[in-house]
Amino acid sequence: MTLHWAHVAASYALAALGLGALALGAWLRHRAARRRLAALDPRAAARDGAA
Amino acid sequence: MDATPPITAAAAPPAPRSLHRFANPGRFLRASGRVLPWLSAAAAGVLAAGVAWALAFSPPDWQQGETVRIMYVHVPMAWLAMGGYLALALASAAALVWRHPLADLLARELSPVGAVVTALCLATGSLWGRPMWGTWWVWDARLTSVLVLFFLWLGHAALVRAFDEPERGARAGAILALIGVVNLPIVKFSVDWWNTLHQPASVTRLGAPAMHVEMLYPLLVCALGFALAFAALVLARTRAAVMERRIRALELARARREERGMAA
Repeated sequence: MTLHWAHVAASYALAALGLGALALGAWLRHRAARRRLAALDPRAAARDGAA
Repeated sequence: MDATPPITAAAAPPAPRSLHRFANPGRFLRASGRVLPWLSAAAAGVLAAGVAWALAFSPPDWQQGETVRIMYVHVPMAWLAMGGYLALALASAAALVWRHPLADLLARELSPVGAVVTALCLATGSLWGRPMWGTWWVWDARLTSVLVLFFLWLGHAALVRAFDEPERGARAGAILALIGVVNLPIVKFSVDWWNTLHQPASVTRLGAPAMHVEMLYPLLVCALGFALAFAALVLARTRAAVMERRIRALELARARREERGMAA
């Protein structure tokens, strides 16, 4: 792999890591909040699509 | 003949048609729950097509060779860093002027995503600059103003979380976001106003873009894909934040009920 391809690969890997970490964080937060909300107020959670 | 109209559903006050209708958390959760899967799928599909086009089917540059493929990540990140900041300023204005509760949450959840996108813009620019300019970093006007933009994103993310009362943090963050808008034209026109190592605009300029369509089209597809991913991330984070706020309210109400029960 040439120096150029190493830089190209590093750029795409960084973008995938950064956006992937944000997506994973959002998904984990979402899942935890959905479960807690379903336990606290199951009817409202089901109605709002948060269950 | 009695002309009094019967009391029907039509006589009820009309539902608000502005963005204030989404101030209702339940309505926002229902609407965002419908939109988010489609937005995420669109982002994944467009990004997959755009990245494949950029890496495998677009030609190498006659001067830069394969290194030009960094452009398909770097330029969308730069556009999102600036466009996202403009969205932050608009949300902050909506929060300050109309006291829209969702605008506060949107701004709060937008800034970490904006900070990551701006960091990616700086990092990929550095990775592109090393083989092309012979240096990772130079203190020219474009790079320095984007670094300031990154600090503004970080400052906003930290400031809105620095207060015990979320409303005070949101207000301080909104003021910072509005002051920071002055940096956007500096970023955009820095390459025209000062002599910089960074090249001038080649896509977003008056007249035709100075780029061949074989590179321009995959760049636009990548930009659309990253923009959809950015929107999906911010929507997912805002949705989680609305649920977390509701959880806090429910837990507070339950604690008060238990406290009253114990007092009685």
